[in-house]
Amino acid sequence: MGILEDLGRYILLIKHALVRPPNWTMYGRELVRQMYDIGNGSLLIVGLIAIFIGAVTAIQFLYQIDGTMIPNWYIGYIVRDSTIIELAPTITCLVLAGKVGSNMASELGGMRQKEHIDAMEVMGVNTPSYLILPKICAAMVVIPFLVNVSAFISIIGGYFASVMGGFINSEEYVRGLRAFFVVANLRMMVVKAVVFSFILTSVACYQGYFVKGGSIELGKASTKAVVVSNILILVFDYLIALLFTT
Amino acid sequence: MIQAIHLVKSFGSQQVIKDVSLTFETGKTNLIIGRSGSGKTVMLKMLVGLIKPDSGKIMYDGEDFYSLDKKELQALRMRVGMLFQGSALFDSMTVEENVRYPMDMFTHQTKAEKQKRVDYCLERVGLTGSNKKFPSEVSGGMQKRVGIARAIVLNPSYLFCDEPNSGLDPKTALLIDELIHDITHENNITTIINTHDMNSVMEIGETVSFLNNGMLAWRGSKNEVLKSDNEDLHDFIFASPFLQKLLDQAQLS
Repeated sequence: MGILEDLGRYILLIKHALVRPPNWTMYGRELVRQMYDIGNGSLLIVGLIAIFIGAVTAIQFLYQIDGTMIPNWYIGYIVRDSTIIELAPTITCLVLAGKVGSNMASELGGMRQKEHIDAMEVMGVNTPSYLILPKICAAMVVIPFLVNVSAFISIIGGYFASVMGGFINSEEYVRGLRAFFVVANLRMMVVKAVVFSFILTSVACYQGYFVKGGSIELGKASTKAVVVSNILILVFDYLIALLFTT
Repeated sequence: MIQAIHLVKSFGSQQVIKDVSLTFETGKTNLIIGRSGSGKTVMLKMLVGLIKPDSGKIMYDGEDFYSLDKKELQALRMRVGMLFQGSALFDSMTVEENVRYPMDMFTHQTKAEKQKRVDYCLERVGLTGSNKKFPSEVSGGMQKRVGIARAIVLNPSYLFCDEPNSGLDPKTALLIDELIHDITHENNITTIINTHDMNSVMEIGETVSFLNNGMLAWRGSKNEVLKSDNEDLHDFIFASPFLQKLLDQAQLS
């Protein structure tokens, strides 16, 4: 199937999904379940990754500025901004595309194979809306929250690596954290998190919703969901960066 | 009454339904039989709106299915129940939640009203007391019965069953057949059953339509099946050597 045909089907699916819910109670229940599914277990993974992102950024920057005129307190500034602008939203969403995206693709693919989606269609349920809309909404609430947590933990990770490691003192790190703060960077982080969470859920749902065949095809759909959403996340990362910085 | 008028369906270059016209009568169990790959499932999925025919019409009591607007289609959907081959029960929900699902989705009844209807439906299919079990905790036959309970919970006018006996032992299959037959007559439902089980044909085949290579090859009732001189139908019915042997013995005696 060609890329254009895939794109057309994706747009049509999302168009059918993004409609006013006919039954708020059932959709609300599904939304809460999805929020729990996305958040459950993700916080630990995101936290662990964030600590090391901050730590590695600090250590590598220390290596870069060693023997130069750049003051040590710049480490706090660099860790803060690189985390907020780039690392927290992008790496968190790339990881979540693997964890949450593949899970969603498998869930929907399994429902397709077991005729659950057909059963709902026969009952008159708008399946794209009922099955996909709560997932997208849940992701767009929970993932930006996780990205914020990730940025916070990452900055703490940088502190541990640089201050506890004995490279700089606490005051220097905090001075860096407080220097040249631009509120728009936080806005960029949230925009990235929202856009990436839409991409990773909608692409995963698309791959799962149209699964045909057996378990091998389901596995392929799950893998494709992760690969395609990772590529799209990086493309949109570039586009958003371009939009916010030029 | 449901009418299929000149239905045609192709997948790629392969035409799987070739100009089939059929009438399914109200208050009767209408069976579609045929070998694997004869087009039964495609036919059923077209009738229920899961696959769109390339040409032809599907009429539900005189209303053209594909000319209904969104609201009319939704109203019609609520009068349709379907039992799937694999039951299609939602794994994460209990038996009771599965049966209640169409009510939760489309009705504004109180919790007590819903519970009363769910209890009635589960009692009707002989599953009282299984409310809190999950689909994985009940047998295949029980899953089919839960599927039937879910299909009838909104008091449908039309009931579709795709291979209701597949994977069941002969005794359980007979129970499922009787249940579908009784529910059809109690509620005056138009029931369409897709099957290749000859026991079902002989038990509940009030009208029987035989599809062969995507075409309607024969139509009659269970009493006429064995007397038919249609060669394809004869080959289909007596494909089992055991049945052929019985027939030979009957002819000899």
